[in-house]
Parts: sequence; C-alpha cells; structure tokens
Amino acid sequence: MHRLPSSANRSLIAGALEQYQALVMRRKSQSVRQESVRFKTQGPIESYGLKRYSTREAAVAAKSKIREKTLTMETLNPQVKAVEYAVRGPIVMKADEIERCLREGGKQPFTEVIKANIGDAHAMGQRPITFLRQVVALCTFPELMDSPSFPEDAKQRAHRILQGCGGTSLGSYSASQGVECIRRDVAAYIEQRDQGVPSDYDNIYLTTGASDGIVSILRMLVSGQGPSRTGVMIPIPQYPLYSAALAEMEAVQVNYYLDEGNCWALDVNELHRAYQAAKEHCLPRVICIINPGNPTGQVQSRKCIEEVLHFAYEENLFVLSDEVYQDNVYASGCQFHSFKKVLYEMGPEYFNSVELASFHSTSKGYTGECGFRGGYMEVLNLDPEVKAQLLKLRSVQLCPPVSGQAAMDVIVNPPQPHEPSFASFQQEKAAVLGELADKAKLTEEILNSVPGIHCNPVQGAMYAFPRLFIPPKAVEQATALGMKPDMLYCLRLLEETGICLVPGSGFGQRDGTYHFRMTILPSKDKLKVLLDKVRDFHIQFLKEYEGTVEAPQQ
Amino acid sequence: MTENGILHPERVLTLDTMNPNVKRVEYAVRGPIVQRAAQIEKELKEGVKKPFTEVIRANIGDCHAMGQRPITFLRQVLALCTYPELLEDNKFPEDAKSRARRILQACGGGSIGSYSMSQGIELIRQDVARYIERRDGIPSNPDNIFLSAGASDGISTMLKILVSGEGSTRTGVMISIPQYPLYSAALADLGAVQINYYLDEANNWGMDVSELRRALAEAKKHCAPRALCVINPGNPTGQVQSRKCIEEVIRFAAEENLFLMADEVYQDNVYAEGCKFHSFKKVLFEMGPKYSEKVELASFHSTSKCYMGECGFRGGYMELINLDPSVKAQLIKMVSVRLCPPVAGQALLDIVMNPPQPEEPSYPTYKKERTAVLDDLAEKAKMTEEIFNKVPGISCNPVQGAMYAFPRIELPQKAIEAAKEKGQVPDMFYCMRLLEEKGICLVPGSGFGQREGTFHFRMTILPPTEKLKVVLEKVKEFHLDFTAQYS
Repeated sequence: MHRLPSSANRSLIAGALEQYQALVMRRKSQSVRQESVRFKTQGPIESYGLKRYSTREAAVAAKSKIREKTLTMETLNPQVKAVEYAVRGPIVMKADEIERCLREGGKQPFTEVIKANIGDAHAMGQRPITFLRQVVALCTFPELMDSPSFPEDAKQRAHRILQGCGGTSLGSYSASQGVECIRRDVAAYIEQRDQGVPSDYDNIYLTTGASDGIVSILRMLVSGQGPSRTGVMIPIPQYPLYSAALAEMEAVQVNYYLDEGNCWALDVNELHRAYQAAKEHCLPRVICIINPGNPTGQVQSRKCIEEVLHFAYEENLFVLSDEVYQDNVYASGCQFHSFKKVLYEMGPEYFNSVELASFHSTSKGYTGECGFRGGYMEVLNLDPEVKAQLLKLRSVQLCPPVSGQAAMDVIVNPPQPHEPSFASFQQEKAAVLGELADKAKLTEEILNSVPGIHCNPVQGAMYAFPRLFIPPKAVEQATALGMKPDMLYCLRLLEETGICLVPGSGFGQRDGTYHFRMTILPSKDKLKVLLDKVRDFHIQFLKEYEGTVEAPQQ
Repeated sequence: MTENGILHPERVLTLDTMNPNVKRVEYAVRGPIVQRAAQIEKELKEGVKKPFTEVIRANIGDCHAMGQRPITFLRQVLALCTYPELLEDNKFPEDAKSRARRILQACGGGSIGSYSMSQGIELIRQDVARYIERRDGIPSNPDNIFLSAGASDGISTMLKILVSGEGSTRTGVMISIPQYPLYSAALADLGAVQINYYLDEANNWGMDVSELRRALAEAKKHCAPRALCVINPGNPTGQVQSRKCIEEVIRFAAEENLFLMADEVYQDNVYAEGCKFHSFKKVLFEMGPKYSEKVELASFHSTSKCYMGECGFRGGYMELINLDPSVKAQLIKMVSVRLCPPVAGQALLDIVMNPPQPEEPSYPTYKKERTAVLDDLAEKAKMTEEIFNKVPGISCNPVQGAMYAFPRIELPQKAIEAAKEKGQVPDMFYCMRLLEEKGICLVPGSGFGQREGTFHFRMTILPPTEKLKVVLEKVKEFHLDFTAQYS
C-alpha cells in the first residue's frame, strides 16, 4: 500500500472521516483554551468583541457531558440526518478551514484557495450587469430618482416596480406569490421566449432562488406510505438539491442514468427501465429534468424533450423542469427549448393534461446574481384546489425577498433597442456569455489532453463533469480510509493545490466510475492555471498509485 | 373532470393525492379574509360601488405598506452596496460609505450578488454577536449566530431539526395560545404535536407557569414534549414579559428538559410605562451556571419589525446556546442546501446591529427617525387601547409592546348562530362582515387560537395616527350596528 504524505493523511482523516464533526471539535478545543467567564459587563464591550470565543458554554463543553441534552444526534429529526449536500459539503468546509489558516499566516503549498465548487459567478470576479444594479439601487433608495447619473429607462423601471410595492417601498411584504407587475413581466417574457405560447401571470410564483420553488412543489407532491409512497425520478448525475430535498421529505428517490457515452444525453429507454423497477416498491409520480444539465452540461434536443413529455403523459407523471441555465448555451448546433414550449407544440392532448412546473432564477445566466435569491416558477395544469393549497403553504413564509423580485424583473424586462441603456446592456451580456463559451471550450480541451481524464463537451450551464481514472490502489486506500475514491482524490487535490472541486459521488454516478464537478467561472487566466494544476496533480496522482504513467500529451 | 370546458383526464396532483400535512397547514394572517380583501380591492379598481373607497389592511405587521418611511441610513448603505459606483457620489455620508465598503469586503468578489456562507457572512455574524453583548452584557459567540431569511426561516429550521419519533414518542412542541400562526403552521407541516398553553387574558395576557405544568402533564400522555416556544413581546397579544416570569419559564424548561425557543422580534417595540424587554439569554446567564450551562436556547430576531419595519428584505438571525456540537454541524448542513439567506437582507441586518454612533455624521438624523417611529407607535398603542375600551362589548388589554391589539369581542348568540349557518367560525363571520361593510381587514382571533367561547380579532396599530383613528371609529360603529342587528 502506498503511503500518503503524513500531513495529507492527517487532514484526510480530519476532513473526511469525521466529516462535519472535525471542524466543530477543533473550534471547541480552541475556545476551551481561552477560558474566561463573564457575567454582566466587564469593561467596555469593544475590548472583548470580535475574536473571543469564550462563552460559558464553551467551558461546559470541556467538562464533558453534564446532562443529556434535549437535542442530540440520537433525538434529531432522522430525515435531517439523511440529508447530504456535497456542493457545500465536507470538502468545502475543509477549504474554508484552509483559507482561515492561510489568513492567519499558516503555511500551505499554495497561496490561495480557488473555490471552483459552486456556480458563484461574482465571487469568481464576474462584474454585475450595470442596468440591473441601477434599477435595484433606485428601488432601494428612491431619492436617487433625482440623480442625473442614472439613465431614464432604469428610473422608469424602478418607478414601476415601486408602484407595485405596498407603500411604494421594497421594505413592505409583497403578495406571497410575488409582486403582481413582476409576475406579469415574467409571463410576458415567457410568451416572447416561447414564440407566442400563452403564459398566465396567475401561474407564476416568484421564489427565493429556484431552490425554494423546487422544494415547495416537491413538498406538495410527497404522500402515501410503503408501496404507495411518492417516488420521484431524478437524473444521475443530479444537482444534489434534489436528493437532499427527497431525503428530508422521506420520498423515494428513483434514479435514471444519463448516458455519459452519448454526451450525457437522456435516454427514454432508461426512463422506462427506472420507472418499471421503481414501481415495485413505490408510486412514481414525478419526473425531474435539469436542462441545460447540472453538473453534466448537456443541452437537451427538442426531440428528446418531446420523448420525455410523451413518457410523462403516458405514465401520468408530474414534470419538474429545472431551466435555470436557459441562457447558458454555448455549443454550436445546440439551442435551449423550454419544456413548456415543446409541450404546447405537441398539441392540446398534451398541453391540456401534462402537469408541469418549470423553474428559473437570477443566480445563473449572464447576471449571476446569486446573493439576491431571486427566481420564479411557472405551473401548468395545476389543479385549482391544489393551487390554493400551494399559495397557502407559501404564505407561511410571507414572501420572497423583494429586492430579489426586483432583480428578477430586470432579467425578464431588459432594456429595449430604443432605450438608452440598450447598447451597454447588450454589450455586457454578450461579453459574459461570450467568455463563458470560450471557457467551456478551453476546459474541455485541456481536460481531454490529460491521460486518465475524459470530459464531454460543456454544451451549456457552468460546469465540467469529467470522468477520472482512479488507479485500483488509490481506490483500495480510499476504502481503507472509509471514504469514496473521488473524495480522496478531491481532498488530496485541495490539500496539495488549493483547488476546491466537488467529488462526483456527491452528484451520483454509475458504480465504479469517478468524476468531479468544476465550475468554468474563474477568469480565463485563472482557469488556465487551475486546469494546469489539475493536470499536474492528476499525473502525479497516477504516478504515485500506478508507478508508471505515459508522458502527458501537451 | 372538466374545467373551462377542457377535459382533465386524471391529474397527478389533487387534493386527495397531495401531501396531507400541507393540507393541515393554516395561516390566518394571509388566509381567506386577506384573499377576499384583495378581491375587493380589485373590484374597487374596476369601479364596483362599495360603502367605502379603500381597503385598509390592518391584518399584518407591514410597516412600510402602512406608510412608515424607511430609515434613511439603512437605505443609503444598501444602495451603496447594491451599486458601488455610488461610493464616488459625494451626496452620501462617509459613515454610510464606510459601512458599505466594510460589508462589500466581506462578500465574495466584493459583490452582494455572490452567495454568502450558508450560516451568513462572518463579519455580520460578528457584528450581531457584539450587538447582543451590548444589549445583554453577556458574551456572545459569532459561531452561534445563524443569519436567516426573516425570523420565520430560522424558527421553521429549528422546529424541523427538533421533530422526531412516532406515536407516543413523537415530538411535542409547547406554544402559547393565542400564538403567531407560523408556529401552528410549521408544526402541522412537520407532523409534530402541538401542545397549547394558554396565556391569561385577565392578567394582561401574562404567562403562568402552573398553566405550563398543566399543559405539559396532559401532553406527556400522548407525545414526547421537547420544546417550549415563547413570543416576547407577544404576538398577537402585545404583553411584555417580566424578568421574574422569564426566570420561572427558564426554571421550568430546565426541570422538564425542554428546548427553549424565544421569539424576540419585537424587542425594540416596548411602549408601556414600567415595562422593559429582557432577553431570555440575558436572564438565563444571570441565573448562573446551573442554568446557563444547561438550558438549550434558540432566540430569534428580524429586520421586519422594531423601528426599521424592513419586511421585504427578509433579514434576520438566530442565536443558539448550548446546542450539541454535532447537532450544530447537522444544522449547518441543513441550511447549506438552501445556499444562503438573501445577502441584501444580511447587509440590512448588519446596519441594524451596527447603527450610526454619536460621533458619526448620520447620527442625528438616524436618532431622530428612529425615535419618531417608536414614539408614534407608543402613542398609537395607547390610543387604540383607549378607544376600544370605550366601546361596549369590546375589551382590550394594554398594548405593552409589539404592533397589535388583540381585543376581546362579545358576540350575541344570534350572531353565533348566523355564523354557524354560514359554516364560519363566529369571529370569521364578524371580520368578513366588517371587511364587506367598512373595508377594514382584520384577522379573526380563531386564526391565533383563543379559549373556547371567547372571540377576538388582531389589528395592527401601524396605520398613521389620523387613519388609525378613522379605523377605530369605523370598527366601533360596525360593532355597535352588528350587536344591535343580532340582539
């Protein structure tokens, strides 16, 4: 068995075996060392602000357990325990820890951590779209309406949004379904996108990012016990929001595998197989599709969408189509088709019966406004009584963030050719999307030049999901350490290069295959450095576990 | 089935096949009466004649919708964060700019458009901890702070992780009656057991530990009570808990091994002479290590209430005391699935935690605006109580804090029968009639829970003083007519 460098070995165990525990325990022991108990004020607050982790409870933790807590791992909601979310999982926590260590002057074989684990465009240096921020700033501080430095079209939009807000303030609650004029704009946008297919603003629900909408619809759908428990078909690989939500709701996850050999295409025969197999132990009622794919980056063909809809129609399945990357299509010959448009084009037999919810967000596309938590969903053929229930459920959380709703409005109602901001808006949008297209290509090319890595074309979305060859000896070692082989790979990569990727096992993959997900969002120069480092690491990794390796093809 | 002439063969998702827990959820604050209010507003717009010209929505604590102006400083900092080009604009004061710069530096890529850590931006959590320390004189650890999308988000999350077991071991959660219906809604959704403890209306809605004991003893027969929720200052009941009462509640929770949840979103909204807000955390620590090392406590705050009233931004935080470290890790995992709370809301919270100081240029304006809002609310609280108590058949406890009056109304027997005939609970019948006849939208007491045979409504005190007077006069008129009609 090969030996890991001792430092890596230690951190592997700390980072992965004990997973979340590791971080917490370490912090706890820190606090214990600085034990100092305070009651009431002891001198000015400022003198013991910021860096002091010395509360009573820290001291208590040191004395081992005094009593049974009410809320422990044993008494915790078991469904919460079952939830996993790799995109912000143990490897990301490890990355945070290393960053902290670097900040505090700790030594690492690199100077910065590059977080390519999540589609967080602005964090990677992408600039906000000026017009969007102008409108949201005007809504936030309407005194700016008098400022000559803001263009008229931005002011006019802000004015309109504020008119739709209670007391003309972003600070009032909106209707739980979202501000009405924004929902109307969303409907108009969908009609235009889908070449005239009608959209009713009553079917639009604004949401806190797309995740919120997806979780709401799934929650409505899950019922039954034992063999009548709701089954939900999801692609493998998938975006782990789905598996996390299903685990939390105790729904049955029904996997259908995308075809890696065919650019991660969805194959209807595989849907049939998965459906038939699942029927034996649950009630499959829902199918989820992510198009363009996350983490897999494929863009579905019109024909394939038609087949999926036909399948859903035949088997009476509720369709969830996650279309948050609809503006992120790069490969020539690929085009985004919305499920809704295709459904209408299939005729009334389909569009009057198939129940469909589709999702969009402010976080992706060319705006990358993740922090605003804006999004919408459109529902089709939803039972009116169920719609009332959905509205009730959503009203408990009052409303989606109103500034996120305003950001969504700008995306669905961008500057028009006759408006003053049109030219700069178009230019900024084209620059972002053009650069992403270049980076998609660059990533695929460089990864495919590495022996033992194979990467499908990144047709759309924001990620590469290449397949990795991991030598049997590395697999053995990972197993001995009680972790997935691609987790071992990604942890070592993080430890040695500072690059944070997400192991394929967090998204699901065919048994015996290994992948990672990497965003293509870093600036071009940084992306090149990152890819070179991954290449060097991979070659070194093969060498270490195989002894020999072909010279890399440059 | 057919609908608009279209045949719908067999839907996947129907009332019969949907999640039964969702069906059980009720949320009166935005319930049927509010939907009817929206319809009436539409009808008015379309020119339908009504005995009034506008609908006044006194159903929800939505300050800005009622005309309250945002605090200038908050919005200046937020605008600067949103559009950093404004940092060059000399119309913005330096203290606003320095805060915006500080927040932006803590955001990925210097943009509020990036995701934050799921627990919330670290710098802001540090500011929250310092705010709590100033408030309580008790240390606070930023690692124990979780930022949330409004307080509701934090409360639902904590309830979610607390619920487990089946049958007689199913988690029971004690909530006050009357309560804010987020609690009953979340418990229904989670399939947890709701354990009611009644506030004492005759004693200014005071909380009584013997009532807690009664409720707990009864509940133990059919579930495993594990959490106790307290709303202080009270919603919808407006009482402010005394320090002594809080101590008793904490002692009870410690004895019975209950996880305490303290909803303190109205902590700045205390109006009555002699009343003062005491945080559960402060009292817990002042009770000494026997309690402060033992009792598990989650307390909640929000940007939506107090003097800010910034509901739309969905900002908030929770502080967790004595949480088991491995449970905390589970909680972090849980909140990470939703990525992060809205960053603009986090930024707003930061300014609330870290407002202008006396030596800073924005201090006088900030201070003036803040005081104006709170003084105005205090005056309206008093006025509401006074006018209601002059109406025969209405009795209203003092509105010591929060933003609502929850008066008791006497309903004639005949009205109760008329309601029954319509299949409505009597106070819903009353509120619907009030809405139809006067255009005033209130929430029936039944949406919050009340002792059987008593009836109430909840009304916000937020409308501007002049408008509030009109509302109160109209309610009075309606109540007298209604009583006369059914006597």
